[in-house]
Amino acid sequence: MKLPRSALLWVAAILMAAGVGHTFYRHLEHDVPWFPGTTQELWDVEAMIEFRAGGEPARVRLAVPDTQTGFVLQGENTASPGYGIHSEHRDGQRYVEWTAREARGAQVVYYRGQYRTDPQAEPAREVQPPDPREVIWSPPLQTAANQILRGAYQESADAFSLARAITARLGDSEDQNAQLLLSEFEAAEAMVRLLNQAEVPARSVRGLNLEDGRRRQSPIPVVQVFDDDNEWQLFFPGEERPAQSEFLLWERTGGPLLEVEGGSDSRVTFSMLKTSQPITGMPDDPSLADAVFNLTIHSLPISEQAIFMSILLLPIGAMIVVLARVFVGIETSGTFMPVLLALAFLKMSLLSGIVTFLLVIGFGLLLRQALAHLNLLLVARVSVVIICVIGLISLFSVLSFHAGIDIGLKMAFFPIIILAWTIERMSILWEENGPREVAKQGSGSLITAIAAYSVMALPWVQHWMFNFLGLQLVVLALIILAGSYTGYRVSELWRFRPFLQEGARG
Amino acid sequence: MADWSPFSWARRLRSLGIVGLNQRNLSYINAHNDRSLFPTVDDKLQTKLLAQKHGINTPTLLGVIHSQVEVDRLDALTPEGQGFAIKPAQGSGGKGILVIQRREGEHFLKASGVWLHRRDVLRYLSNLLSGLYSLGGKPDVAVIEGLIEFDPHLARFSFEGVPDIRVVVFRGYPVMAMMRLSTRASDGKANLHQGAIGVGIDIDRGRAVRAVQYDRPVDVHPDTGKPFRDLEIPDWPELLELTARCYEMTGLGYVGTDMVIDPNRGPMLLELNARPGLAIQTANGCGLQPRLDRVLAETALRAPAARVTFARAAFATPPERSLPRAG
Repeated sequence: MKLPRSALLWVAAILMAAGVGHTFYRHLEHDVPWFPGTTQELWDVEAMIEFRAGGEPARVRLAVPDTQTGFVLQGENTASPGYGIHSEHRDGQRYVEWTAREARGAQVVYYRGQYRTDPQAEPAREVQPPDPREVIWSPPLQTAANQILRGAYQESADAFSLARAITARLGDSEDQNAQLLLSEFEAAEAMVRLLNQAEVPARSVRGLNLEDGRRRQSPIPVVQVFDDDNEWQLFFPGEERPAQSEFLLWERTGGPLLEVEGGSDSRVTFSMLKTSQPITGMPDDPSLADAVFNLTIHSLPISEQAIFMSILLLPIGAMIVVLARVFVGIETSGTFMPVLLALAFLKMSLLSGIVTFLLVIGFGLLLRQALAHLNLLLVARVSVVIICVIGLISLFSVLSFHAGIDIGLKMAFFPIIILAWTIERMSILWEENGPREVAKQGSGSLITAIAAYSVMALPWVQHWMFNFLGLQLVVLALIILAGSYTGYRVSELWRFRPFLQEGARG
Repeated sequence: MADWSPFSWARRLRSLGIVGLNQRNLSYINAHNDRSLFPTVDDKLQTKLLAQKHGINTPTLLGVIHSQVEVDRLDALTPEGQGFAIKPAQGSGGKGILVIQRREGEHFLKASGVWLHRRDVLRYLSNLLSGLYSLGGKPDVAVIEGLIEFDPHLARFSFEGVPDIRVVVFRGYPVMAMMRLSTRASDGKANLHQGAIGVGIDIDRGRAVRAVQYDRPVDVHPDTGKPFRDLEIPDWPELLELTARCYEMTGLGYVGTDMVIDPNRGPMLLELNARPGLAIQTANGCGLQPRLDRVLAETALRAPAARVTFARAAFATPPERSLPRAG
C-alpha cells in the first residue's frame, strides 16, 4: 500500500518540472516579468452594481472614466448575463448602459476597466465648465460664508489660488466659520457653494483613491474648479491630497454616477487591484479553456483576486512551518497558528503585530486563570475565552486609537478563534508542564510566525506567488520532499549532545 | 567535539546509531504501525481487555464508570479499607491518575498522605468523564484498578509512585529497556524532561546499565541515595516474554510497553504506547538503529519465547559498558 520512496521522488520531480515549466511559459509567452516594478503599473478597477429588479424592463447607466490626466484606459469589459450593453458619450462624460427586457430579483452587473499609470497622459475630450449657480445660505451661515470668502479672496489672485485658500480654511479645525459651514454641508458641497458665490465655475465630481487590494470602496466627492481659460484642477477639501498616480477621477461632469430604471435599492461599489502585468499578459477575451490552461487568476473578478493575493501566500507560510518543525525542531503551539499569525502581521506591521499578540495572549492567560475557578466544560470554556479575546481586542483597539496609535483598527485581522485555542492550550500546558514549557512553545510560535512573515512580506515573493501559479506546484514538491526527510532535527543535535561529548572523551 | 559543524555532529550521531524523531515517525511508526490499530493502545480500557483475552497479566480491573449517572457506583466498586487507582482510559503521559491508598467510608487517603472527602473524588470523576484529561477533550471513561504492590527492592529507588519499566518492542523483539524513576525534582512524575531519572536496563540480565537525570549520568538516586549499580529487575525473562507477546496481541510493529512488577503477581502490563519516545537512547547511552536493523534482518518466524532468547543474546550490554557491581 505504501509507495516506495522512489515513487515519492518521481511525484516531486514531476510536480517540480510542471511548476517550473509553467513558470517559464508564463514568462516567455505572456511576458510576465521576473521581478516586480520592471513594468508599468496597471490598476484594475471593478464597479459592482447591485439592485433589485421588479420584473419590468431594466436600464442601468453607469458613468465610467476615459483616458485622463495620469491614466490611460487600457481595456474594459463587463459581466452581466442577459443584458444588452452599449456605451455613449454625453456632455463630455462616457456612460455604459445595460438594458434588459425583463429582470427580476437581485441583480448584479460588473464593469471593469484597466488603467495604466502614465504621467504624460492627457484627456482626449474637453469638458465644459458649468455656469455658477446662485447660492442662498441660511442667515447664520451667510455671515460665516462671507467671512471665509473675504479672507480667502484677499489672499488669492485667481480661481485656483482662491480654491486653495478655501480648501485651507475648510481643513482648519480651529476656524469657527468653516466648522459652522461643515456642520451643515459636506466639505465638497460647501466649497462648491463658496466658489459659486465668488462666481468661479466649480462642481462636485467623484473619484477613487487607488489602494491595492481594497474592496467595496465608495467614490469620494472632490471639487473641480475652472479658471477663465476653461482649464480645471481638482481640490480635496477636508481630505489629504492624494498623489496624482493614486487618484482616479471616475465621473467628471457632476452628473449622476449611477442611474437605474426599473429597479430599486441600487448601489455601486468599487474594488481595485494593482498589477505589474504587461498588456500582453492580460487576455482580452478569456475563454474558459484559456483560463484553465493558463491557470490565470487574473480572469476572476477583482474582489476575488484581492482575496487570492493572501491565499496564494499561505503555501509559503505552510512551507516555513514544515521547515521549522521537520528540520529545526521548533515546537509551536498549534501547527499552523504561526501562519495565520504571519498573515495578521502582514496586514498590520511586524512590531505592532508582535505587541498585540503578546498583549492578547498575556491578558488572555490571566483571564483563563480566573475562568479555571468556574469549573466549566471544555467547549464552553473555549467559547468564553473567544468572547474574552474579542473583548480584549476591542478594548486595545479603542485604547490605542485614543492614544493616537493607528494600529488598533487593524487588530481585527487577528485570527480570534485560533488565539482563543492557543490561550486554552497554553493555560493547560502551564498547569501540567509549568511556565517554562509555555515560554518555549510561545516563543517557538512567535519565531516561526516572524520567519513566515519575513518571507511572505518580500515583494518579489508576493509577485512570484501571485503571478506564477506554477510556483505553487514547486512549493508543493518541496513540502513533499521535506515530508520524507528522516535526518536529525537541529534541536536533536542539542538533545543528543551527551553522546557527542562522551564520544569525544572515549 | 573538535569539529563544530552541525553536519559533522549529525554524521557522528548517525554513526552511533541514534534514531531521530523524523526517522522514528517515518521509518518505524508509519512503516510498521497500521493506523487502524492505534485505538486499541490509545484507550487503556481496550488495551486491558485485549491483554486479558491474550492471557497477559494486568492490574486487577475493579470496574469501569462510563457516564455521570454511574459515579455513585464508586462505593460499590471500591472495597472498604483497600487501595485502588482511577485512570482516564484515554489519558496520556500519566495525566489524571488518582491513586488512593485506603478508603475508610466517606474518606479516601491519597498516596501523598492527604485525605480526600468522597465529594472531592466525585468531582474529579465527573471532570474525568467530561474529558478534562483526554486528548482533545473527548468524553472519557474512568477505569478503576486494584493497587499495585511495590516491589520492596525496586521501591527503594523511587521517590514516590510505582517505578515502571519501558521496553521498546520491534516486530516482537524487545530491543531496548529503561526504568523511569520519579524524583522530588520531577514532583513524583515519571517524565524525564521534568527531572525524573531514566535508568538504562541491560536486555540480557535486567540490570542497570547507566542512569541519567536531565541527560547527565548519575550514580545514586538523589532522594533515596540508593546506588543504581544495585538495581536489578526481578523476573526479568518473564517480563521480556510478556512484552514480546504484545506484538501478537496488538499487531503493532513498533511499540513501547510499560511494565510494572508486583511482588505477588509478577510482571504486569500497565499500558502500551504506539509512539514511544527516544529518551530511552539517552538512558542506555546507545542508539536504537543497530538493534532495529538487526531485527529487520531476521526473517525467521519465532515464538515469543524464542524471540526473547534471540534478543537477550543479540542485545546484551557488553560487561565493560555495564555499571561496576559491588561485590
